[in-house]
Amino acid sequence: MATFSDVPSESFRLSMLINDKRYRAYTFQFIALLLLIGAFSYLGYNLVKNLQSAGLNISYKFLGDPAGYDINQRLIEYDNQSTHWRASLVGVLNTLLVAFLGCITATIIGVVVGVLRLSNNWIVSKLMSVYVEIFRNVPVLIWILIIMAVFTSVLPQPRDFRGANATASMVADSFAFTGRGFYSPAPIFNDGSMVVVVAFILSIAGMFYYRRYAKKALFERGQMLPTFWPSIGILLIPSILVFFVMGQPISLEYPALKGFNFQGGIYMRASLISLWFALSIYTAAFIAENVRAGILSVSSGQSEAAASLGLRPNRIMNLVVLPQALRVIIPPLISHFLNLTKNSSLAIAVGYMDLTGTLGGITLNQTGRAIETVLLLMAFYLTISLSISAIMNVYNNSMKLKER
Amino acid sequence: MVHCSGNYPTVLKSLPLWGTNFCLVYSGQAEHQEEVKMKKSVLLGALAVTGLAAGMASAGTLDDVKARGSLNCGVTTGLVGFAAPDANGEWQGFDVAVCRAVAAAVLGDSSAVEFVPTTGKTRFTALASGEIDMLARNTTWTFSRDVDLKFEFAGVNYYDGQGFMVPADLGVTSASELDGATVCIQTGTTTELNLADFFSANGISYEPVPIETNAEAQPLYLEGACDVYTTDASGLLATRAAFENPEDHVVLPEIISKEPLGPLVRHGDNGWGDIVRWTLNALIAAEELGVNLGNLDSIAGETKNQEIKRLLGAEGTLGEMLGLDAEWAKRAIAVGGNYGEVFDANIGPDTAIGVERGLNAQWTDGGLLYTPPFR
Repeated sequence: MATFSDVPSESFRLSMLINDKRYRAYTFQFIALLLLIGAFSYLGYNLVKNLQSAGLNISYKFLGDPAGYDINQRLIEYDNQSTHWRASLVGVLNTLLVAFLGCITATIIGVVVGVLRLSNNWIVSKLMSVYVEIFRNVPVLIWILIIMAVFTSVLPQPRDFRGANATASMVADSFAFTGRGFYSPAPIFNDGSMVVVVAFILSIAGMFYYRRYAKKALFERGQMLPTFWPSIGILLIPSILVFFVMGQPISLEYPALKGFNFQGGIYMRASLISLWFALSIYTAAFIAENVRAGILSVSSGQSEAAASLGLRPNRIMNLVVLPQALRVIIPPLISHFLNLTKNSSLAIAVGYMDLTGTLGGITLNQTGRAIETVLLLMAFYLTISLSISAIMNVYNNSMKLKER
Repeated sequence: MVHCSGNYPTVLKSLPLWGTNFCLVYSGQAEHQEEVKMKKSVLLGALAVTGLAAGMASAGTLDDVKARGSLNCGVTTGLVGFAAPDANGEWQGFDVAVCRAVAAAVLGDSSAVEFVPTTGKTRFTALASGEIDMLARNTTWTFSRDVDLKFEFAGVNYYDGQGFMVPADLGVTSASELDGATVCIQTGTTTELNLADFFSANGISYEPVPIETNAEAQPLYLEGACDVYTTDASGLLATRAAFENPEDHVVLPEIISKEPLGPLVRHGDNGWGDIVRWTLNALIAAEELGVNLGNLDSIAGETKNQEIKRLLGAEGTLGEMLGLDAEWAKRAIAVGGNYGEVFDANIGPDTAIGVERGLNAQWTDGGLLYTPPFR
């Protein structure tokens, strides 16, 4: 008589995909993935097919054609015979410029406001609350438009600088603040200026070296060296000496009123200034709240402990509170930087030629290639945003709590 | 949720259950509302091409319009005299009249028009995607738009050219004196290219200030943020008419481009294209033949001119050939009169805009309007 030992079978059966708890999750995820792929490929196929039947094929050939239009603010060489691709690059650089400037000023304003909002001074803290509430509760486009309108209507136009009885005049004969932008002297690098530039770069390196040395002295020997004035001295004195030794090779080009506009010097357009300013103060209102939250997240016991060790208030802030607060502040700060960068696409409202204005605006319209340009636009913004995230995440990792 | 709590504490506090989803939706809307608004048509267009383009291939625009009971007509976001809502919110203007004439011819009701405001940027996507049935938005007929963008221009309802407007006290009398000037341009038009060509050809420099719409350009120009405003001469006159002191601004004599403006439809539906084309031609022919609002009802019976009879449907089967009834043209003319009457009522010398007929006179009066015969 044969005996059966009922050994539980470990072999895999198809029904286990549904019945076994271990595999069920994978099954459903796999099905969901298939459905998702199916949906997207259906949409993609539908798009391509319908474009074909309308006689429009996706093609990026237009990027090589001459753009035919002019752009006012160009950080790289560009004229109206350059290609659409070149025009897009000009737009990318303009986007990056305003995003970079905006992130810096927004951070500075945000930190200052955030700290002041915690001030014991009633007026200061209330004023900062009002600032935060006003700026973050009104859409940024409205701020951009208001600031541009105030800018152009309050400041004098170049024509007011003209004639015998001009109603406006240049500041110190070198700066002109007009409704079309700010003009300031531009440096001109003559022969021998390279030596001065190199000397300046070496001074910067020297300054950092000195600060490192001072820190080392503090940590190893407990010796506190002054840092502020020596740093400034190292930074400026050698460069100034070299400048005069080389016979003043760097001169200034002053802006002057010629025809309709000021010519020469450095010209910061009203569109850049108002966009930059609007994005900065708008984003700063959000950052201020993060900073406040970050500081509040550090328990008061920390600063009390630091005070009992005899640290002065500014050292408590720099050495105890802020390093811990930064761990709370940085992650949301990243998303504010991303928001600022994306909000810069509202630039066309004030005539600033950013990426949306060149590639997504004039190029799109002149070539009629809406889908191609919008896809390219998305790719550009995605790249820019992911790069900012990556950089900020590296910084975040260096700041975050080291667990040992 | 942590991520957003800095931005919208009040919202999250009052609706904690909604959590992250709500917050994401909210922040997206608040921060990009305007951007989205600006691009809505482009994106809608792109989506429509993705999802709805099946309707496009069917090519039965006439049937679609009849089934819908209204005509979707793309116009400007507002240019007095050409297309702008009046005090009662009714769209009025020279381009609007074309839309209304087509609606009257096809549907028998000049008010059965859904006006879709489009910017220079969004107009072509709106038309290509089927969001609108026709575009009557002072759009220049160019080779690439006709051929490459796959549109069909139904004719020219206004012969225009690009001009410059400057404040009179600037003392400028010619566009060649504009070296170094700051120029406000409406983006997304042929204007930018003409301007670049003109200044390059004359070897003078300029500072372009691109502006999205006419309404945004006006304050910038008036506040002196730009020395010159450039667009089609008709647009300049219309813009100037809306100023507080129109006489303080002069339109320079140079016309630097040819801008034949006209209504357009999508490629591929020639029957629909014919209807728009011949409705426009009917208005022009009516002026040439002396048909106007006053004699529209009686002239067909009184005249011995066979072409008038064919036009108004008293003889022949022109309407039938178009797929419409016999009185299509009569209804189109009844909306606002013939071409000349429409012109005079909206942009003519007696209006605030004050445009002379010039090139837009009948060929018999030395102009360029010359409609093919109705037979």
